[in-house]
Amino acid sequence: MLEQLLSNFSYDFVRNAFFAGSIAAILGAVVGYFVIIRNVGFAAHALAHIGFTGATGAALFGLSSLQGMLLISCVAGALMGISGNKLHRSELAVGMVLSFALGVGTLFLALYKGFAGQATSILFGNIFGVSHSQIMATLALAIVSLVALALFSRRLLFASLLPELAESRGISLTALSAAFMVILGIAVTLASQVVGILLVFTLVIGPAGIAARFCRGFWSSILISILIGLLSVWTGILLACVSNWPPSFWITAIIFLLYLIGEVLARYVYRLER
Amino acid sequence: MTTALSIRDLGIRLGGRQILHGVSAEIQEGEFIGIFGPNGAGKTTLLRALLGLCPISCGELLVFGKPPGKTNHSVGYMPQRGDSIEGTALSARSLVSAVRRGEFWGCPWPSRSGRGDVSQALELAGASAYADRPFSVLSPGEKTRVMLAQSLIDKPRLLVLDEPLASLDPKNQMLLVEHIEKLRKETGTTVLFIAHDINPLLGVMDRVLFIAGGGAALGTVDEVITAPSLSRLYGMRMDVIRTEKHVFIVSSEGNVTEAACHA
Repeated sequence: MLEQLLSNFSYDFVRNAFFAGSIAAILGAVVGYFVIIRNVGFAAHALAHIGFTGATGAALFGLSSLQGMLLISCVAGALMGISGNKLHRSELAVGMVLSFALGVGTLFLALYKGFAGQATSILFGNIFGVSHSQIMATLALAIVSLVALALFSRRLLFASLLPELAESRGISLTALSAAFMVILGIAVTLASQVVGILLVFTLVIGPAGIAARFCRGFWSSILISILIGLLSVWTGILLACVSNWPPSFWITAIIFLLYLIGEVLARYVYRLER
Repeated sequence: MTTALSIRDLGIRLGGRQILHGVSAEIQEGEFIGIFGPNGAGKTTLLRALLGLCPISCGELLVFGKPPGKTNHSVGYMPQRGDSIEGTALSARSLVSAVRRGEFWGCPWPSRSGRGDVSQALELAGASAYADRPFSVLSPGEKTRVMLAQSLIDKPRLLVLDEPLASLDPKNQMLLVEHIEKLRKETGTTVLFIAHDINPLLGVMDRVLFIAGGGAALGTVDEVITAPSLSRLYGMRMDVIRTEKHVFIVSSEGNVTEAACHA
């Protein structure tokens, strides 16, 4: 049985999937934790949908869908961050923008006729179709994002937990927010290659959300988020190899299962706390 | 005796409205000042100006002789509670650790001295017993102690507390006030305590800063909490009713009792 499982690794596309998936999971977990404490989950979801427009419109502008998606997510993220705290937490504003973006994306799909097949990959992910250049781009983007986070995560954590206080110590909340939302745009783009735009929420917010329910410290939360993300992606890919069902399904199903288990455990643990 | 806070003819304008005008006050180091006044009078605005968050339109405001913002490390600020970590299990200790040197660049990696400072601040605030439990399950009184702990991290010379009694029941209010007074006696910190009701602070304050009607009056309780003084501030007839242990401020016109009067 084990041999059968391991034999999958002799395939190029499986190894690539593991690599790209792991990178997306790690970045998603780290960024996702900040999304949880900053309470910008809906904005994260919206960035993925806005990215759809970039992915579909990319061909019209001579870019790859990865490039298009990245560009538009980062720009939209920066705008959300700069607009100040209230706007990107307003569900109505965000909802309106994301619906419109999806609409425009649909228009792009119709205009560029050779595209329909790719729409499914963009929407639902195509981890087994990831190319070598995509992997290199994913790795580079993840490294840049993690290094950037390493440089200002202290300030970001402080400003996320106690914004008034952080402001009084001279931290510019707007600048920090904009920088974070750009990194979120990157994380969302990388995650959508794995599970697709519609399911980005699970990879970016799922693992971090589960960890946040239990972990008392920042570093333990980050570590557990990463572990949950990696576990879900690895198991998901393996199950997809064995069952021929799509990996996006398995990955999101595993995260959902872990979430349910987490909720049950949390009730028990919190009852003990009181 | 050093002057902790020097306010001279201060005016602050926000959103087209003149919030404060011609305010002057001098607070010495080590004093316990209670700051009162109706909602919207300018207590929070003055506080924000003190922290360097709000620009001054005229006059002068000096904190330990320097303009606000530059001496922020000698000012400990206890804001009203943050709710953003309600959905997580982050502990009180994690919260306080995030504040220590929070404005530095780099990762929030805890150093040994950092851990020590955090434990000490939690101890000073009386929050050590529940420091490692999730912040979101703590009672309002416990949460207030944690917020106090983070304001004590840098061993501030000036402690500014923004309505710390707001979510507390009378017993916890008393405990907190006693605790802060104890801290003041031990460390000589100057305390600016914003509250709605004078009564919990009666035995403990040195002087009162009463802000109303765009102006302010600084003095002892007997000097400031009088009908003439308050009437002048509010711009309408105010009365002060004293019982043996309590003070009530009421408006003589209409039946409106000043918001500062409920416990």
